[in-house]
Amino acid sequence: MEAASISAGPPVSQRIRAFIGTYGLVVVLLILPVVYAIQDLSNDGNLVRLGENINAGLSNGAIWALVAIGYTLVYGIVELINFAHGEVFMIGSFVSAGFFMTIGLSPETSAFVLFFGLLLTLLIAMTASGMLNAMIERVAYRPLRNAPKLAPLITAVGFSFILQNVGLLWKGGTQTGIPDLINAQHTLFTIFGVTIQNGDLLSIGVTIPVLIVATTFISRSRLGKAMRATAQDPDAARLMGINVDTTISLTFLIGGMLAGAAGLIYALYQTTIWYFQGFTGGLIAFTAAVMGGIGNLRGAVLGGLIIGCIQQISDNRIGSAWTPAVVFSYLVLIMVFKPSGLLGEQTRDAG
Amino acid sequence: MSATTEQPAAPKRTRVPKSKLPPWTEKALVPVVLILAALLPFFFDAGDTFIQTCTEALAYTVMALGLNIVVGFAGLLDLGYVAFFAIGAYTAGYLGSGFFSNVGGGEGWHLLVGEPTSNLPGIHVNFLLIIVAAIIAAAIAGVIIGLPTLRLRGDYIAIVTLAFGEIIGRIAIQGDEIKIGGQPLTAGRQGITPVDKIDLPFLDPFGLLNLRPWYWFALGMVGFVLFVNFRLRDSRLGRAWVALREDEIAAVAMGVPAVKTKLLAYGAGAALGGIAGAFLGSFLNTVNASQFEFFFSILVLAMIILGGLGSIWGVVLGAIALSFINRWLIPDVLNDVPSQIGLDFDATQITFSIYGFLLVMMMLLRPQGLLPEKRHKLELAEDVETTDATLYSARA
Repeated sequence: MEAASISAGPPVSQRIRAFIGTYGLVVVLLILPVVYAIQDLSNDGNLVRLGENINAGLSNGAIWALVAIGYTLVYGIVELINFAHGEVFMIGSFVSAGFFMTIGLSPETSAFVLFFGLLLTLLIAMTASGMLNAMIERVAYRPLRNAPKLAPLITAVGFSFILQNVGLLWKGGTQTGIPDLINAQHTLFTIFGVTIQNGDLLSIGVTIPVLIVATTFISRSRLGKAMRATAQDPDAARLMGINVDTTISLTFLIGGMLAGAAGLIYALYQTTIWYFQGFTGGLIAFTAAVMGGIGNLRGAVLGGLIIGCIQQISDNRIGSAWTPAVVFSYLVLIMVFKPSGLLGEQTRDAG
Repeated sequence: MSATTEQPAAPKRTRVPKSKLPPWTEKALVPVVLILAALLPFFFDAGDTFIQTCTEALAYTVMALGLNIVVGFAGLLDLGYVAFFAIGAYTAGYLGSGFFSNVGGGEGWHLLVGEPTSNLPGIHVNFLLIIVAAIIAAAIAGVIIGLPTLRLRGDYIAIVTLAFGEIIGRIAIQGDEIKIGGQPLTAGRQGITPVDKIDLPFLDPFGLLNLRPWYWFALGMVGFVLFVNFRLRDSRLGRAWVALREDEIAAVAMGVPAVKTKLLAYGAGAALGGIAGAFLGSFLNTVNASQFEFFFSILVLAMIILGGLGSIWGVVLGAIALSFINRWLIPDVLNDVPSQIGLDFDATQITFSIYGFLLVMMMLLRPQGLLPEKRHKLELAEDVETTDATLYSARA
């Protein structure tokens, strides 16, 4: 009798706790899709609507993934929530919209010119956002490297306000429509009843190469190695001859460039931009970074895609006014069930 | 983990910031400042906008002192403080307006209210009871918000509280769509208005023409909150907060109950936010969902950082300074400057920029705040050798 009860393993409460710790987050994430899948099956008999949600979610999620990488890189290396990052993304949108309207791209432009025009816009947007982010680091974060942790957070919020105001003065306080260059709503082809549109192709088609280049750079190049070393231990990195300041600047530059690319895709995909997109987008992307495990690049991409789907499902089923509340509820639930995120965080404190 | 690594160089024994004043000065200052401030309205008209600005500044001071408990004493960065403003204001709106117009068969419910409001439909409760209700509601909300953050580290706490603040703001804005038995949850961006004026026993109901009673009531709240803050800081609980802030593991090892202590910090801070929220709901005569935005949380946080985290008088100074910048300097003074130098825009358009610039400059030039707390100041002063003497001098 006694032996049997011992071999039964830990008590039920502990096993439940272990189960929640391991699978709780996954269960929570699956609630929305599963509920609506059942609803769709009972109403329409197929999953087309959910499929369309997930398709749009993945396209949006690709954008959030790009922004989330910026958060995660910066958090990994200086342990700072870069509140201004969302605004850098917003400025990326504004710069790209401003640039391609200035060089005269319009929906009537021939495909060849359009392709190179947009490529140029992408480069410009990435450069502008990257430089902006690096500049913010230089002005607002570097002087405070040894100050209490709250200080750079506050300057980040300060810069976020300044950039929001720049956006407000630039394009006004309402959503501004911009030319639909790529004919984003045009149906490209259909799989299982789910229509794939131009916008989806653009979003995936830009995000994947950019992600591959960025992750390869960080994992293979010398500078990327320096970045990872600095993230692990800045003092030891400095002893090994790594220029920590340059490396941190570089991190902000890369994060800003990805945000700039995201800004262009967002502008083309949504065909509207406004000054507040950075704040909401930034918070969504930060949620994505936390969900995947902060400091973890693959986690940020995974988190971005998941958050994109949640956001689309919520937009489509619950109402877009509630989406921020839904996304933030998910953030809180992640924090309750698995603060270290889906793929585990990679920061100095984590180890 | 710690950013302030010890310098191997020979310790310099100087540079310990020493105050010349005896430690009881800061408490003795309370009655002096309160009496001087109480005389202020006599120099202005009873309905002067300056009195209004001052009253709002005092309400903000109450909030800043509340947030100071959470962020300054306990070191839990709360970016969603607006939630407690909202909860306090909605308590005032629910319990003191015609919002629930159908209760009691259109007659309304009344509890200890005076003549003009006792005939109106809706729920009308005496303001002192509303304040008690606001304290309870906000403290419960504070504990609920605090619960998921218990296991988390600094920045994650910030983001979770921010999320809660945004969720509550969202509910406030969209609440007019949620109908429970035909009754919307909130009035959305239209706002619950009018809200009952403060009606104290043995006094005339407060009016909008004579702002002096409002001012004195707000001053009374500040006095009460100052007392609470000083007593809490010097209590066993206050020392436990500081211990948790400085080193959680060490504090827990010394027997500080981390969960209870943190939740008490959230609850106490939230309760003070609720008081100020209820007061502002009544004073501004509206409970409007667009008040409850992220910007507000940052405004209050900026107040305590400007003044000096954890330093009570610093926070009072910071709150008054920033609310005057917000309510008076930017809209009244700076507004004409661009047109005078020939630029075609209003300064109110760049309020956010001015704020952002102030935040950045403040942090770069004086990260410890205007009147820093001694212990925080000690942390910032490098090369200070920690001895028994420095520890004791940092206590007060």
